[in-house]
Amino acid sequence: MTTKNTIAVLVNDHPGVLQRVSGLFGRRGFNIESITVGQSEEVGLSRMVIVTVGDENNLEQIEKQLYKLVDVIKVIDLSSKPMVARELAMIKVKAEPPQRPEIMGVVETFRAAVIDVGTTSLIVQVIGDTEKIDAMIELLKPYGIRELTRTGVTAMVRGNA
Amino acid sequence: MSAQIPEVRSTDELRQKWMEPEVITGSEILLRSLLLEGVECVFGYPGGAVLYIYDAMYGFKDFKHVLTRHEQGAIHAADGYARASGKVGVCIATSGPGATNLVTGIATAFMDSVPLVVITGNVVSSLIGTDAFQEADITGITMPITKHSYLVRDVEELPRIIHEAFHIANTGRKGPVLIDIPKDISAAQTLFVPQTGPVTMRGYNPTVLPNKIQLDKLTQAISEAERPFILAGGGVVYSGGHEALYEFVRKTEIPITTTLLGLGAFPSGHELWTGMPGMHGTYTSNQAIQQSDLLICIGARFDDRVTGKLDGFAPQAKIVHIDIDPAEIGKNVATDIPIVGDVKAVLELLNQDVKRTDRADAWRAQIQRWKNEKPYSYKDSDAVLKPQWVIELLDETTKGGAIVTTDVGQHQMWAAQYYKFNQPRSWVTSGGLGTMGFGFPSAIGAQVANPDRLVISINGDGGMQMCSQELAICAINNIPVKIVIINNQVLGMVRQWQELIYNNRYSHIDLAGSPDFVKLAEAYGVKGLRATNKEEARRAWQEALDTPGPVVVEFVVSREENVYPMVTQGSTIDQMLMGDE
Repeated sequence: MTTKNTIAVLVNDHPGVLQRVSGLFGRRGFNIESITVGQSEEVGLSRMVIVTVGDENNLEQIEKQLYKLVDVIKVIDLSSKPMVARELAMIKVKAEPPQRPEIMGVVETFRAAVIDVGTTSLIVQVIGDTEKIDAMIELLKPYGIRELTRTGVTAMVRGNA
Repeated sequence: MSAQIPEVRSTDELRQKWMEPEVITGSEILLRSLLLEGVECVFGYPGGAVLYIYDAMYGFKDFKHVLTRHEQGAIHAADGYARASGKVGVCIATSGPGATNLVTGIATAFMDSVPLVVITGNVVSSLIGTDAFQEADITGITMPITKHSYLVRDVEELPRIIHEAFHIANTGRKGPVLIDIPKDISAAQTLFVPQTGPVTMRGYNPTVLPNKIQLDKLTQAISEAERPFILAGGGVVYSGGHEALYEFVRKTEIPITTTLLGLGAFPSGHELWTGMPGMHGTYTSNQAIQQSDLLICIGARFDDRVTGKLDGFAPQAKIVHIDIDPAEIGKNVATDIPIVGDVKAVLELLNQDVKRTDRADAWRAQIQRWKNEKPYSYKDSDAVLKPQWVIELLDETTKGGAIVTTDVGQHQMWAAQYYKFNQPRSWVTSGGLGTMGFGFPSAIGAQVANPDRLVISINGDGGMQMCSQELAICAINNIPVKIVIINNQVLGMVRQWQELIYNNRYSHIDLAGSPDFVKLAEAYGVKGLRATNKEEARRAWQEALDTPGPVVVEFVVSREENVYPMVTQGSTIDQMLMGDE
């Protein structure tokens, strides 16, 4: 059964590591839906969070193949555990003055924020899980989206684990 | 017939002297570190970006350097050296085109898990990324085909990197490691502190010892099996587990097949050995796999050339997979009992518990019947030389004792079928990548590693022309390889596929225009002989064996001969074309 899986990969913060990881996905025919990378809690290590679509065998192979990379320290299948996942999006939406109150209404409902105001546009920042951001985009579409950027998902296991 | 390659001068005393901490250049650090890793020989080709390294090698006689005529020759030779010796093969090339010429050889070693340390030069650090003269991103290019790679950014890191590279290459699942050294790094000076201690790397800890619960499951499964069968591969050779494997078979009396890369891991004369499996394997091995109720795969990776159509492979069997690489388990074939560990360590532990499986007596008898009824066979001829007969001639006259390297194609399969291997590391062939041009230069490496053994390189007329320039190496270093060319004047395996699968549409396979191989050999100062019938063949081959140096022997054979049995793609392995016989 094909599902969406979220994997956290702790890697050495060496040049070329992102290439090694993403290259492995490409070469083995695994799909990357989103990938985020940044510093981890430990100096010298980065954490990548990768969202991938595939079946159980895919996921098992991805984990095993990742572990073969010398720069990979740890691989955690987050989606098998209770996790929190967040993504950030910035949406530049067309907003002539008459439409602004309506748009502000959508923004407030979603607990999003307007972070820039232009003469005929607004930049809306929204943080949440992927579904929330998808919904927000759907609602803003009718006004005309000029530019859209999303960070991809970053995630963590809930609680003390 | 000992190869007269310059003697290695390294002595304990010299090594002591070299290993004193001292301020030296990156190039000297490289040489001393290689020495410290036990390197006896490097194969290489100089160029601009490695000139400091070659300058440091001027007059350096602590290890040999073999100058090939093409970087591809250098890396295949290093590969042959590694496969025939079990040590790490080392080669050096310059940046850009020198480095990219290694790519085929790196991929070849990667697919077959051969330990190599590949050293490339690069342009000076400040020019990296500017499309400088002879610049190529070789670490980027080779990322998918190396076990690991390094781009050295600081000369102080060099000793650690070299020490790690050898450790990574030759432990766990072995493989090629690349070290890319910018020119300024090989020139820079620093205090060299030798690295000899154990290597600790957080992200690299291969599992050597297996899980005891899984071992017990296997012992139990063996005692219950009625039709057990062993599929052993190259991992047995690489782990040095051949004696433990022999003991395992002696104790359990389970019949065994060895894959192409596993040839020699088990003595071919043994009554429980059933020959190679797969596309050109024996009838017995393929039937046994398909009808087994317990298939114990040891150090093999269920390559598609072995399994045929996966859906329908070993349909009745409980599958056991023993491998040091966890990622191989379940990759192609679903596994019932996974055992991650070093093959030798696993087998030695198993041997403490396993017993003969009496329930399998009827199965053993069945396997003997298959072996008797359907051995490899071909229709011999006195009118024209048959390639299978030539391989049998080589086998009889050398009593299976030679190191045999092959190129890729029909001759490779005939060599695998008709030469009888009885010891590991006597068979050097490109299995996974199927690299034409591999056969001859790999024999040079195998001979350097084993100066006193007979090394035979079996090639087709096609592959021989992909690296024939290395004849020069044999001549000037008196490397006494016996270079056999099975000449059918055609790309034989392609011809076979075109005949059987593409309805006799022979598209671009005629090798007319090939050189006169005898004259080609002579042009390089190597003795050349040709045989077109059995009598000439016997005489020429005997003369080759009696000649102390390198010899090229060309056997002109039947053009139409095909390799049988054959499993065509998309078929299960018991659906075999058996040929005319």
